[in-house]
Amino acid sequence: MKIKSTLENYIFVLPAVTIFTIFYIIPFIWVFQLGLYDWDGILPTKVFVGLGNFKEIIFQDPSWWQAMRNAGYITLIALTLQNALAFLLAWACDREIRLKNFYRVIFFIPPVLSEIVVGMAWRFIINDIDGANIINRTLINIGLPQLVHSWISDPKTALTTVALVHSWKGFGWGFLIFLAGLQTIPRELYEAAHVDGANAWQLFRKITIPLMIPVIVLVAILTVLGTMQAFVLIISLVQSELAGHTSVPVLRILASMRGSSRFGYACAQGISFGVILVVISFIQYRFSRRARQIQ
Amino acid sequence: MAESQIPKLKPCAFAHPERSREVSLCLCVWTLAFVILMSGCCPKPTGKATTTLTVWHWMTDRQAAFQELTARYEAKTAVKVNFDLYAPSDAYTQKVRAAAQGINLPDIFGILGEKRDFASFIKAGHILDLTSYMQENDNYWGNRFFSKALAVNEFLEGNSYTVKAGIYGVPIDIMTIQMVYNKDLFKELGLNPNRPPATFAELLDIGKKIKSANMQGLVSGWGELWMIDCLANNYAFNIMGQDKVLATIRGEVPYTDPDWIRVFSLFKEMQEAGVLSSGIITMVNKTAEQLFANNKAVFAFNGSWCVNVYKAMNPSLNYAAMLPPQASDKYPMRIWGGAGSSFMVNARSKNKEEAVKFLNWLTDKEQQAYLAQGTNNLPANKDSLSKIPNILAQFADDMELTTHPNIWGVSEFPAVIEAFDKGIQSIIIGEKTPQQVAAEAQKIKERELAKRRR
Repeated sequence: MKIKSTLENYIFVLPAVTIFTIFYIIPFIWVFQLGLYDWDGILPTKVFVGLGNFKEIIFQDPSWWQAMRNAGYITLIALTLQNALAFLLAWACDREIRLKNFYRVIFFIPPVLSEIVVGMAWRFIINDIDGANIINRTLINIGLPQLVHSWISDPKTALTTVALVHSWKGFGWGFLIFLAGLQTIPRELYEAAHVDGANAWQLFRKITIPLMIPVIVLVAILTVLGTMQAFVLIISLVQSELAGHTSVPVLRILASMRGSSRFGYACAQGISFGVILVVISFIQYRFSRRARQIQ
Repeated sequence: MAESQIPKLKPCAFAHPERSREVSLCLCVWTLAFVILMSGCCPKPTGKATTTLTVWHWMTDRQAAFQELTARYEAKTAVKVNFDLYAPSDAYTQKVRAAAQGINLPDIFGILGEKRDFASFIKAGHILDLTSYMQENDNYWGNRFFSKALAVNEFLEGNSYTVKAGIYGVPIDIMTIQMVYNKDLFKELGLNPNRPPATFAELLDIGKKIKSANMQGLVSGWGELWMIDCLANNYAFNIMGQDKVLATIRGEVPYTDPDWIRVFSLFKEMQEAGVLSSGIITMVNKTAEQLFANNKAVFAFNGSWCVNVYKAMNPSLNYAAMLPPQASDKYPMRIWGGAGSSFMVNARSKNKEEAVKFLNWLTDKEQQAYLAQGTNNLPANKDSLSKIPNILAQFADDMELTTHPNIWGVSEFPAVIEAFDKGIQSIIIGEKTPQQVAAEAQKIKERELAKRRR
């Protein structure tokens, strides 16, 4: 009877396991296997190089690490500025304010737009030569001509511009998740604390923040995973890697695969990048568990 | 539950013989109708040959002309040809690679990429050797083409890619990549619109005028890197000659050589003089074409395909083609050119003989003239040049000065090309000196050479 029950269980999970194996596990193994070869993606023969590609990524490819640093910088801006803004707006919309449903819709418009569209629209807004140059015109009109700048083509500002546009596009997701999290906090807690004489800041610090920690960690993990893999926005906004200043890991992988015809190396880069993201996610997960224990 | 509360089920249709007959009759009628309908959808035998050739390409601007030509070919031979367009070119490149890996390439296709990619396709058995077809009847087919156009598709004896010597592609059109200038903006700058700068010093002087007039100078798709590589190579040939350029690629001359540093310095000088437009290194070629077509830039560095693009964007644009101004008298200026696009025949196709016949027909004088007139591209057939517009003829006039990495017989390492091109971007934005870029390119070159030796 027990064997029958166990078999039944396995039969039920078999379709899911089969699909997962075919579409995730086997391709992952193949990609890892290709990462051990020097292959241009066309020739039937591949040259086995062992861990040579991985060694080259770690020790001999400064452009890869520059791309990682750039992605890290964009992620840092997204983690701080984007999520802080998302949290504050969610907190504001959770309260009884006028037109809160209208704001919820407005804040969710940027994330549903295509990254290509967002990049092109912002390029038009920002760029001086092939755009409307709206930012610079505004700066001149408000009496700040000294701040007029080629925001996208200057290496000093290009990456920050990308990070800010990415944050503008991405904060809506965080806003929605934070809002959903805030709405799960029992109102009685606030009422009881209010009766005990707590002010708004104390309510926020002592009730809202501690109860929102799991949600904050979730948003942080999603932000890191989403932002580290961003590249479409860069293609449409900056339209180049700007001598490496706006290069990110996915663009490097594409460059290896398409530009250099180094298919094996691109696979190794993909695996390395995946491992880095898994490690970051794991650290964040551990951090969230510790935070929950402290709480 | 009381019996009266139980809903009564309707009796099954098959429970009654009359009803059952009705249902059976209805099913028969529907089946018959379906069969009649489906038989009407089947292709009717026409008595004509049923060979269908499939061609994959990326040339959006030529799709309509190709379709018209295929209609003519089908009427003539009863061979149907489907031109399947996959654009943009990046997506096309990936599709062809994926199809090559899956051994399901179409009968005819083009390869975008460098000579080594072309060589890999040949070595993998995907491309038919066309040499014997080209040489038939005293080289009748091969003699049609501009020699430079055919050379791009040819592998010579003892080539470094270890490909069996032969011709593996059919050039459909040719191109040259050079400079164009806006005659109206030249007049605004007080310059003679019929006298473009001939020397680099003259170009720099014009750059100063552009800067003081607050105009945009040279626009080009330098965000895409390869066009930077193209102009840099033009100047390398002009400053040090072909032998030294190729010796550098072979690893016999370092990039730190003074001649190469001079090449890098030209970009610094152009930037400082105001020749280059702002934001040029984040510009894709489509943007550059829009700017030039809308009279917003004095110069553009572009290929001969731009004639068609500018015509569509601004038919009244007043411009002319020019060679990049000479930086040295030592060697002639050379520009990239040759076959613009070529088609290859799938060596595994069961229709390869028909595919060869079709390409032979497509490159005949009449079809080539139609393509040239319809798409404003330079024909690969040298006998079809007579009816092209004047501006296109200006590009064609410089055909003898063309060269192309695909005919050099040696290829630079991709990592070196990337360091070289990105280095020039760094020079333009002022964060690196020509010497630094040269040193970095050479360092990567040595690393790649060491790797190859291992």
